[in-house]
Amino acid sequence: MTDRLDEALSLIDRAQYEEEGEFDVERGYVFTSLAAAENGNPLFWDDDVAQEITGGPVAPPSMISVWFRPHHWVPGRETSGLPLQVHFDLKEMLELPEAVMTGNEVVFGEPVRPGDRLSTRQFLRSVSDEKTTKLGTGRFWVIDVEYSNQREEFVARETWTGFGYRRQA
Amino acid sequence: MSTTPHVSSKLLLSDVTVGDEVPALDVDVSTTTIVLGALASRDWRPMHHDRTFAQERNGTRDIFMNAPHQATYFERYLTDWSGPHGRLGRMKFRILASVFPGDTMTFRGVVDGVSTDDAGCGWADLTVTLTVGDTTVSECSARIALPVDATDNPWDRHNEDWKP
Repeated sequence: MTDRLDEALSLIDRAQYEEEGEFDVERGYVFTSLAAAENGNPLFWDDDVAQEITGGPVAPPSMISVWFRPHHWVPGRETSGLPLQVHFDLKEMLELPEAVMTGNEVVFGEPVRPGDRLSTRQFLRSVSDEKTTKLGTGRFWVIDVEYSNQREEFVARETWTGFGYRRQA
Repeated sequence: MSTTPHVSSKLLLSDVTVGDEVPALDVDVSTTTIVLGALASRDWRPMHHDRTFAQERNGTRDIFMNAPHQATYFERYLTDWSGPHGRLGRMKFRILASVFPGDTMTFRGVVDGVSTDDAGCGWADLTVTLTVGDTTVSECSARIALPVDATDNPWDRHNEDWKP
């Protein structure tokens, strides 16, 4: 386990998974997300309001991670892609079969607009000592995900806290 | 379904003072709520749509709401209050417990700070608490830009004029 922990710790602050989103930001998902939270903000539903306030349609800021979640299936791809890959790498590396997200912080920059193609990269920031919670025994980790648009403008930085664990026997 | 507060037209920074309470929002959660939110956020993990998986692998009593879906509810709650000119600058939340089908979520918010930065942008800092019954499920702190006067629009701010 020491070697595996050292391997995980060696990744701290290194840019990983620098990639472009698999699809453009699109309004269908915006409307589905708004419907899921019953969000009636006219900025997203009324193009005249969007034009007046933001110069055109924008996506809800809280949807930022949506634009990078891989398709569940793609022809020719043998395994399903996973969002926030560093999180899943840590589960495997540290032999922690279960994991949950326990916290999230996002700083928002330029608005995201339909048609944008965003890019991202992930940074592991920390891995905790072993902890025991009511879920089980494991480790907390912090991952930053940085987002930019096709004009290389800062769009957001998302910080996730995850807890990988083994359930109590 | 939820009870939807009035979406205000343009809340100004001068309308807000520390200690102000944001009207509470109740949301009844169904299996559909959780599955719809998971799919809307492109989160295909089975604990958000497969009860057997959630019970056997996560040890929970049912499927539960994913974090990105909770984030969209926090945004909705904040902008129901601010109106469309409110622009989220920062949002942080910590999940303490899970939200399950059959729960009623209650969002409550209070203004912790009101300020104007050196670029002239007006900010309200809030704490939002999500509870189910007597259980605190999530705690959120948010920073949202509000117009400083009737002519100001936080969405016009870019680069050095936007410092969330």
